[in-house]
Amino acid sequence: MKNPLDSLWGTVISGLILTVILYNIVKFSLGG
Amino acid sequence: MDFVPAISRWLHLLAGVMWIGLLYYFNFVQVAAMKAAGADGTAGGITKHVAPRALLFFRWAALITWLSGAALLGKAFVAAFTFQGPYVVIGVGAWLGTIMLFNVWGLIWPNQKKILGIVPATDEEKNKARRIAFLASRTNTMLSIPMLFFMAAGAHTAIYFGF
Repeated sequence: MKNPLDSLWGTVISGLILTVILYNIVKFSLGG
Repeated sequence: MDFVPAISRWLHLLAGVMWIGLLYYFNFVQVAAMKAAGADGTAGGITKHVAPRALLFFRWAALITWLSGAALLGKAFVAAFTFQGPYVVIGVGAWLGTIMLFNVWGLIWPNQKKILGIVPATDEEKNKARRIAFLASRTNTMLSIPMLFFMAAGAHTAIYFGF
């Protein structure tokens, strides 16, 4: 599998996905 | 005016803009420019005159951003880094910023010194350094996206988390 960080779009999309994941974890930890 | 938090916040924003601005310059502009410049034999100018200056402001801005951020957290520093209660929001941003600072001083700068010839390195070592510095820089670009989200959210929890 190609490393997404090798492309700019892959990097930006990975950052956006990570943001959504972390947002949901934090929201859950604060009680939903 | 509450002097320390006011100056810390201002400095944090100024240095942060310089740090992330130069990070985006490297990733969105210089990487592609170096590829094109390498093809027509003009990369030397960037390597000699632009990259060292950009890296100088980049790495010190990173440190000033972190230190002013720590000053801004003040008594909430430990609560943020241990994700206590509502401090979890700014804590995630602070941790992402801390990982990014480590990448700058622990991975990007030591490897850039080899690439730019500031410290001696063989061609093989330079190639390895190029890959490590590139991936660390790309990792920071990726991490900057949630980092900036949580920095903004930490100061405006009502908008982002409803409290």
